[in-house]
Amino acid sequence: MDITLGTFLALGAILFGIGAIGFLVRRNVLVQLMSIELMLNAVNVVLVAVNRYHPENQAGQLFAFFVIAVAAAEAAVGLAIVIGLYRLKKSVASSDADQMRH
Amino acid sequence: MGTANFVLFGICAFFALFGAVATVAAKRPLRGAVALLANIIALAGLYLTLSAHLLAVIQLLVYAGAVVVLFVFVIMLIGPASEVEGKSEGLAGRALSIAIMTMVTGTIAFAVSDAVGNWYAIADNPAYGTIEAVGAELYSRALVPFEIVSITLLVAIVGAIAVARHRTADEIVQAKAVHAKALEVRAEAEANKEAAAEAAAGAH
Repeated sequence: MDITLGTFLALGAILFGIGAIGFLVRRNVLVQLMSIELMLNAVNVVLVAVNRYHPENQAGQLFAFFVIAVAAAEAAVGLAIVIGLYRLKKSVASSDADQMRH
Repeated sequence: MGTANFVLFGICAFFALFGAVATVAAKRPLRGAVALLANIIALAGLYLTLSAHLLAVIQLLVYAGAVVVLFVFVIMLIGPASEVEGKSEGLAGRALSIAIMTMVTGTIAFAVSDAVGNWYAIADNPAYGTIEAVGAELYSRALVPFEIVSITLLVAIVGAIAVARHRTADEIVQAKAVHAKALEVRAEAEANKEAAAEAAAGAH
């Protein structure tokens, strides 16, 4: 078997699916944030792979670059919110973040 | 694609999938963070097989160097409470989530897996993926998004500090008590010093 563009696209889809399952099933905010990082990384794989098969320009890599920058910002703000939740509730379980529910 | 690339792809794809599954399945978030690190390093290897050298370095610097370290800091700051798993909506809900996501992504993966692109030898375009080529495009075609990203990062820094510094009502009361106590102690110490100076002057 040979590696084609489809191999990379399928790998990206599977990685995205693993991240999405983690986000839906786990109830620990830290693990859910890590699952979001997994999904963003899976998208990056697809962007870079498609760019490699159309190498006239570097547009896919630029997109991946911006995704990495936004993911870093998202991790910083997300973890700050986790710390805020922990100070308020002494817990990082996402089922405890229910102040706006009642 | 050459044999070396094929072997590198196999190893990196295996560790990427293994790291992703271990991150999601980790009982302890710290182990999840280490598995995420394995996933990230494997993805940097995948970028190398795709000749995106600059992006592989950025991936290692930003993700392995900053994001994972931030995760580890927060996990260690929170301590044992970070391992608590919240109430979920039961086995049926979880099984449904897993089944739906498996079907959706499995279908997508199967549908795209026979996509075939033209694999251009990198010798035709030796600048591909280097700092020069990516940087030149970053500062010409993507200049405005680049500047917007710098503002986004600045706002994220300010927002993260503003959110993480916020105190609860109890902590504000405690902090005020500590501050009042400190002022009291300082005033007492100054009064003592003055009394000592006066006593010394009187003795003289």
